[in-house]
Amino acid sequence: MSYHSRVDRRWATRRAANPEYEPYHPKWHRKRVPIFWWLERPAYTKFITRELTSLAVGYAAVLLMVQVWVMARGPGAYERFLAILASPAIVTFHAVVFLFLLFHSVTWLNLAPQALVVRLGGRRVADRVVLAGHYVAWLVATAVVAAYLLWGVP
Amino acid sequence: MASSITLQIRRYRPEDEREPVWESFEVPDRPEWMVLDGLNYIKDRLDGSLSYRWACRMGVCGSCGMVVNGKPVLTCATYLSALGPDPVRVEPIKGFPVIRDLVVDIEDFVRKLESVKPWIIREKEKPLSEGEYLQTPEQLAEYKQQAMCINCLLCYSACPIYALEPDFIGPAAIALAQRYNLDSRDEGTEERMDILSQHEGIWCCTFVGECSVVCPKDVDPAGAIQRYKVKATTDWFKSVLLPWGKR
Repeated sequence: MSYHSRVDRRWATRRAANPEYEPYHPKWHRKRVPIFWWLERPAYTKFITRELTSLAVGYAAVLLMVQVWVMARGPGAYERFLAILASPAIVTFHAVVFLFLLFHSVTWLNLAPQALVVRLGGRRVADRVVLAGHYVAWLVATAVVAAYLLWGVP
Repeated sequence: MASSITLQIRRYRPEDEREPVWESFEVPDRPEWMVLDGLNYIKDRLDGSLSYRWACRMGVCGSCGMVVNGKPVLTCATYLSALGPDPVRVEPIKGFPVIRDLVVDIEDFVRKLESVKPWIIREKEKPLSEGEYLQTPEQLAEYKQQAMCINCLLCYSACPIYALEPDFIGPAAIALAQRYNLDSRDEGTEERMDILSQHEGIWCCTFVGECSVVCPKDVDPAGAIQRYKVKATTDWFKSVLLPWGKR
């Protein structure tokens, strides 16, 4: 039996194992991405959670605008709106939204040093300093808003 | 053999099977062995048909990247005994079509890398008689981090976006484009921006950040892409607000 017919016979038996296989032509295997790919690694799950919590950020922004719009319709309308917001279901919902907002803010701030290169006097500011700067700015903004809510305009 | 460790290898022999299968091998558990040493042991002693890529064994050639226990790593720089005594699973890097066993086809990456022009572009070359383009240590430090890339493709394997959006240029290619943009000798930033500011370029990236986590050379492709986004956005605002100025 010649070499080539031996090889051909080997391919024939192999084709029986995989009919799609063509001798001497590579047959790549391409893996489909599973729907639940974001559960494969904790980092992916955290990423998807961060992306989804941006809906809570959007909701909070819309809520604030609605509050301003209701306020413009007079004190009576605003009182009625506040009464709706005080219902237990909405308070519970807003507690969840608040947790999502915190998660989104913290994960978002933690990414800031990777995206920002800050230079002072020709030198690159260390990532830790950039990160600390963001948190300090957040704390100051929160303190200003809290002071305004608690004591009003001085 | 004092003690042994089980290596479960994802095997794909297209002439024999339609879908990849797992195959287990017992290899010696030696404290100085890397995962790659285990693979070489299999190839030399147990099954010569096992296919995988490797070359330098010292973390610079970038060919032995694989997914070990679900994590993209350089197999020449990952201790085998540290992963035991449980079986260690070795798979080809994700996101690329598998040719055989642990060997993937990286043509797509090579094509994308070329498309971002990773070389020094000059508007006008100066004559040789004027000598080389000089650079200070500070100017070198600007791009050195991105220049460390060894094209091992672990970042592509870690990137879910690359697997979902095959047109995405991807982490390493964008980081290498940035390496030339940050080079004081280069004048090709705008040329590259035309390619990278498309959707398939930087805007496909949603900042999962895993590319930078798995990078064995601390290139930080995720950071490079986000900085690119900041630059593309400021450039756009400048062109709108100051249309008479040079972009």
